[in-house]
Amino acid sequence: MTLELFSQYIFAGITYGIIYAIVAIGFNIIYNTTGIINFAQGEFVMLGGMTAISFNHYLPLPLAIICAVLVTMLIGALIEIAFIRWLESPSVLRMIIITIGLSIIIREMALHVWGDSVRALPYFSGNVVSSITIMGASISPQVLWVLAVCSLMVILLSLFFKFTSLGKEMQACAANRLAATLCGINAKNMVTFSFMLSAALGAVAGCVVSPITSSQYDMGTGLAIKGFTVAVLGGLGNSMAAVAAGLLLGIIEAFSIAVGFPLAFQDAIAISLLLLILFVRPHGLFGNKEAARLKEF
Amino acid sequence: MLKIRNLESGYGKLRVLKKISMHVDAGEIVTLIGANGAGKTTLLSTIAGLSRASGGDIVLFDQNLKSSAPQEIVKAGCSLVPEGRQVFATMRVEDNLILGGYVQYQRSKGYCQSAELAAIYDIFPVLKERRDQLAGTLSGGEQQMLAMGRALMAGPKLIMMDEPSTGLAPLIVRDIFQIILHLREAGNTVLLVEQNAKSALAIADRGYVLETGKIILQGPAADLLGNTDVQRAYLGRDVDAATATCDI
Ligand SMILES: Nc1ncnc2c1ncn2[C@@H]1O[C@H](COP(=O)(O)OP(=O)(O)OP(=O)(O)O)[C@@H](O)[C@H]1O
Ligand SMILES: [Mg+2]
Repeated sequence: MTLELFSQYIFAGITYGIIYAIVAIGFNIIYNTTGIINFAQGEFVMLGGMTAISFNHYLPLPLAIICAVLVTMLIGALIEIAFIRWLESPSVLRMIIITIGLSIIIREMALHVWGDSVRALPYFSGNVVSSITIMGASISPQVLWVLAVCSLMVILLSLFFKFTSLGKEMQACAANRLAATLCGINAKNMVTFSFMLSAALGAVAGCVVSPITSSQYDMGTGLAIKGFTVAVLGGLGNSMAAVAAGLLLGIIEAFSIAVGFPLAFQDAIAISLLLLILFVRPHGLFGNKEAARLKEF
Repeated sequence: MLKIRNLESGYGKLRVLKKISMHVDAGEIVTLIGANGAGKTTLLSTIAGLSRASGGDIVLFDQNLKSSAPQEIVKAGCSLVPEGRQVFATMRVEDNLILGGYVQYQRSKGYCQSAELAAIYDIFPVLKERRDQLAGTLSGGEQQMLAMGRALMAGPKLIMMDEPSTGLAPLIVRDIFQIILHLREAGNTVLLVEQNAKSALAIADRGYVLETGKIILQGPAADLLGNTDVQRAYLGRDVDAATATCDI
């Protein structure tokens, strides 16, 4: 394999990988504050992309994206308020069924609103054919947008949890919900915030990838599976490890094509990896058993 | 300060507290003793709003708190140091304390965090040494002090403590009780739940004895210490040991 081809695959891998990582971080944020795996996480990505495309008919692109993110956050908040908030200590199974049900409802509603056509946002800069050469690989400027925006989100997020008071309060809920309540923190509101934050992350990711991967009403399911794999791979609840795990999965997928693995089976890689991890290292690649119980963002 | 009348509470169909009435006056240390499963923790959780009361009243400063959310009760000036410490294990000691002050900086703009922290570090110098350490890595005694410090950061008028001495070496227990006495001198009011009935009664002004969800005895701590029923049930070993030596 030539160096050019190699870096081409690497770039393809990290582009998808960082999207998986963002979806995984979305899982982690909600998991940390509630202990729930929100299987509707992929739908946030879809909603972000699709609403941005609709808004883009009337608004300039940046404004359309901002509106789409706000709408998705609102939907995230409404979901939490309507379906999660009033449950008193629900069982994990019940939560899983609720979030899977929600993802189906959102998908069907999206089908109703947008139909099953494949749409895409315009390229943020340049167009389909413009490309930049880096290390011999010619890549679309949109790839750089994806990498820049997603990395920025990861950085801002870790700053948010480290330095803002709201971030610390959410972290406190994650660390010990009972104690957070006894400090006077309204844990229920923190859960709503965590849904809004996850929705926003998903929506931004959905917007930046839309020009490359296109958006469709059912894109969320696949992303949710990949994102969940990555979250488990990194160790549930650990967002920095999710970034590493996401890049790993993206690169594995890219190189599986390179070595002639059939494209149709690409999704099987993530699922096999997920099963393997669950059998061998259920606490994740980067976690240890003790740390698996100490949740951290 | 705190008045409880005919309080009933439990978990689902299980009734744990059966018409409990008690009160705590300002500046007092009141201790609540009772065997395992008597309902001590349930009583404190119900006062703190973590469990719902099914009947009766909880009045703090003429404010009925029976159906208030936990965060409103903290705001009203009543903090709980929960059983088992419950520190934020993955966060720094100082962040734990800062979060304890959450209701204070919500309440007023004039809140001075560094002064409050300094006051807590004065009471618990060991926390100052460990301020950057993760709370989960503290020793049991230090975690207990952190839990107390965190509750104090909320500026409570009434502080409730659930078995602060559990699992601690006698020397540390003495420190903890010393600090509770110090808190009273500083004007705080303390409701102390203890298994360690002897030490608790030794520092308390008054005490209540809880048995299977009912208050069966109450009175000045000194009277309870001298009460033969209490001695037999909760200070049991001491009495037996004393008689045993007499027999010889
Ligand atoms: N979350 C719960 N769900 C159901 N029952 C509970 C719960 N917590 C406590 N109980 C029951 O309520 C009763 C009183 O428990 P509680 O924890 O108040 O006792 P306690 O006096 O604090 O005991 P200990 O000294 O062991 O801490 C017990 O019979 C216990 O089994
Ligand atoms: Mg108890």
